[in-house]
Amino acid sequence: MSDSFIHPPFDALARQHQAVSFGMWLFLVSEVLLFAGLFAGYGVYRGIFPAGFLAAGRQTDIVYGTVNTAILMTSSFTIAVAGRAARAELGRMAWWLLVATFTLGVLFLVLKGLEYREDIAKHLVPGPDFALSVPGAQIFFSYYWIMTGVHAVHVTCGLIAVLRLVVASRNNLAWLAGSASEDATALYWHLVDIIWIVLYPLLYLVGRSHG
Amino acid sequence: MDDHARIKDIWLRPLLTWLALCALLAATCTLAYVPLGDGNFPVSLGIAAIKAALVGSIFMRLFENNALNRLAAVAGPVWVFVMFVLMGADYFTR
Repeated sequence: MSDSFIHPPFDALARQHQAVSFGMWLFLVSEVLLFAGLFAGYGVYRGIFPAGFLAAGRQTDIVYGTVNTAILMTSSFTIAVAGRAARAELGRMAWWLLVATFTLGVLFLVLKGLEYREDIAKHLVPGPDFALSVPGAQIFFSYYWIMTGVHAVHVTCGLIAVLRLVVASRNNLAWLAGSASEDATALYWHLVDIIWIVLYPLLYLVGRSHG
Repeated sequence: MDDHARIKDIWLRPLLTWLALCALLAATCTLAYVPLGDGNFPVSLGIAAIKAALVGSIFMRLFENNALNRLAAVAGPVWVFVMFVLMGADYFTR
């Protein structure tokens, strides 16, 4: 079965898998550096405006943030088991786990959308009608919108990739184990989870103990 | 290996990892409300780092991969560390 999954210039499936996973790791490292630039800017402004960041951090919705963290971690779990199931030739189980991953990703975006709606209603978009007057609070929310927005774009791209796996393997479960697509997609999805794991303390846990 | 053993083998490590991630999420959320002064931020970032390491090492199978992938994966945090040290050398020593 394996020969049908080999694409030029590769002549062996193992080498093709190695090249795909190595290439994906390099891409993920470049993604880490993209977000690290945002984290660096956040760190500098937090150092300049500590009171503003603490006051603004208390305004984010910790329930949405925490539930969404749990949802993304669970989706990372389901796609991790999906890969192991595919490699163990339990294709049907792998397929359903990918469907679960996709569903959890959509749920994450729906909750994020509801949270954005509440944020807008509470005047937490930087501008003349902003809810807080303490210096630096608007800068915190600039980072909030940009970092969660860029992350949501990544979730959307990940959902498209997971949906591709679901559709492509619907009538060809062996493809999940043979193709390197499942591995590459799962690596990307895990990175999206890791980025959110770092965003969570930066945006949702700030200032909670300061009354 | 029969089906039951294979399924256990597939689920066990990821399931334990997921449980650890949930416990760490509960811990970091609770600790955020405990007044630790300047300690709140480093504690929450430390827990996030542990969670990220769990996802990287178990879910992304970093230790099962070959050295080439590990080298690529380590390059990210190393360069981020260099960037933060150089940045901190300016902003946080003024």
